[in-house]
Amino acid sequence: MSNQTEADTSLVNRAETVASFEHQHTLLSRLQHALHSNPALVPLIVLVLSIVVFGALLGTKFFSSFALTLILQQVAIVGIVGAAQSLVIMTAGIDLSVGAIMVLSSVIMGQFTFRLGLPPAVAIACGLAVGTFIGFINGWLIARIKLPPFIVTLGMWQIALATNFLYSGNETIRAQDIEANAPLLQFFGTSFNVGGAVFTYGVIFFILLVLVLAYALRHTAWGRHVYAVGDDPEAAALSGVNTKGILISVYMLSGVICAFAGWVLIGRIGSVSPTSGQSANIESITAVVIGGISLFGGRGSILGMFFGALIVGVFSLGLRLLGADAQWTYLLIGALIIGAVAVDQWIRKVST
Amino acid sequence: MCLAALTPAAMAQDVSACLITKTDTNPFFVKMKEGAEAKAAELGVTLKSFAGRVDGDHETQVAAIETCIADGASGILLAASDTSAIVQSVQQARDAGLLVIALDTPLNPIDAADATFATDNFLAGELIGKWAAGTLGDEAANAKIALLNLGISQPTVDVLRNQGFLQGFGIDLGDPAKWGDETDPRIVGHDVTAGNEEGGRKAMENLLAKDPAINVVHTINEPSAAGAYEALKSFGRENDVLIVSVDGGCPGVANVRDGVIGATSQQYPLQMAALGVEAIKAWADSGVKPEPTEGKDFFDTGVSLVTDAPVEGVESIDTAEGEALCWG
Repeated sequence: MSNQTEADTSLVNRAETVASFEHQHTLLSRLQHALHSNPALVPLIVLVLSIVVFGALLGTKFFSSFALTLILQQVAIVGIVGAAQSLVIMTAGIDLSVGAIMVLSSVIMGQFTFRLGLPPAVAIACGLAVGTFIGFINGWLIARIKLPPFIVTLGMWQIALATNFLYSGNETIRAQDIEANAPLLQFFGTSFNVGGAVFTYGVIFFILLVLVLAYALRHTAWGRHVYAVGDDPEAAALSGVNTKGILISVYMLSGVICAFAGWVLIGRIGSVSPTSGQSANIESITAVVIGGISLFGGRGSILGMFFGALIVGVFSLGLRLLGADAQWTYLLIGALIIGAVAVDQWIRKVST
Repeated sequence: MCLAALTPAAMAQDVSACLITKTDTNPFFVKMKEGAEAKAAELGVTLKSFAGRVDGDHETQVAAIETCIADGASGILLAASDTSAIVQSVQQARDAGLLVIALDTPLNPIDAADATFATDNFLAGELIGKWAAGTLGDEAANAKIALLNLGISQPTVDVLRNQGFLQGFGIDLGDPAKWGDETDPRIVGHDVTAGNEEGGRKAMENLLAKDPAINVVHTINEPSAAGAYEALKSFGRENDVLIVSVDGGCPGVANVRDGVIGATSQQYPLQMAALGVEAIKAWADSGVKPEPTEGKDFFDTGVSLVTDAPVEGVESIDTAEGEALCWG
């Protein structure tokens, strides 16, 4: 709908102000247009700039294939959860339960293997199923009962986290036991080396997930419907989109992605620990916002979130290597969040 | 004041006590509760247990204190989530004649409670510091040390373990009340872990990126040590780095046995709670308050170094003994 309005407005403008037509295309307005049509461009520019700055300050200690792929490893989990968060935020929702779904799924994968004696593959399938099911409940409550996403996922966050602690008794399953008895649980921790760059299967999963989702959002009917529901659900419904079905599918997909994040988490930390992922919801929202995805729905790209997550990773590692107090990381990331939203608002003005 | 004088006597025939911990899910506090319940049953004390919902849940603890006062309890055993903010509520309880004992976590100021039963965290750190220095021998002079702490707010337990470790290792402390101001070139850096595996791995990676030659790692607790080990493994450095830790939980002691952690300092939550219940019983029966350990401002519930590679001059127990005493 907004594209239509935009086209109309520019038609009107063109008709009325023929003489000043050239004047409207200043460098700044061209930039504004470019940024508007490519929402991932701003975070990409910030990412490249921050790599260049930290590279100049730190040299090869930072600007090496090793350090740069280490950042990928460090942001993979937040990035995977961020992909789930992006989908939900594009529907003008928010998912506060992502981290809790992740940790509960990982605990189920571990405990079903070690406490119930299930084969690891079955336990993993159970973990993924639980994640999907929690997503379904979220989606069902939001789409069918019409409860606000913030409230539903705020409640689900507490429920999933409490279930996680009650079920696990806060018991950690040690990395050595998993390695000996159920190495499949650590699958995503497997790493390989390409000329100094170290990749884990978790990182590969993260990158593939982002590419698949970016394709699905841009080139499938489902993806266009996600944007439509986020932009104007009533208009989408009037034009024949099954808005409730789309919403439920988005929250279920978010749940299953978070469950995969739980599996990747086991690979990264080796063990199954019920205390992990406590701030993944906020960190994923941070990546999404810095990545230029609008909290009001219907705008932004998942590639932007990918760059957003990497920006946070570059700042964290770069500042630590510089020896800065950890507080500076939070301070700068806070400034980035506010800056990102300000830039987003400025870009939006292009269509008015 | 009148109430304060009356309460112990009035309660003598039916002594009741409250245990307020940070959470009901952390194995450390679960063990503490077990210890308190067993001792209470033995002494015929009625015990009511309360816990915050999550670590840092201060308001639930305040409500629990108010409940205990209303309930006419003789005393409260408290592991405070917020050591400064709880002081006013503790004062209310003491004014009402209850004996308040801080368990594990000293209040700020420490004399806000009638007594504190806790591990000597500085000593816990010192033991692993001495062990690490002794294990390295002459190489200790060229050590490259990574320090994995709890949080940027530098909670007291974090500072005490960190500074104790550095002192034990033979490094000059700057201000002993905070970490991070030391100037010894052997320190590669400090990072924070939130006390879990995830944070341990990331912090270790950050410090290894700073200096891949790190060969000594101090971790605030055993979960963060397990995370640090995963990071070292990904660098192929797991066999030539010494990791030391504090806590003595069962998974941690098992990691010492398996060689993941070189040595850990074990603390005794069950002991803290059992002694606490005894102290409340004594207060209710005869109005006697517990005395702190000589030379300290708290009652020391003991700490032991657990390792299978003992160092001369540093007293330790082996992992078999550590596993018999572990918690969680």
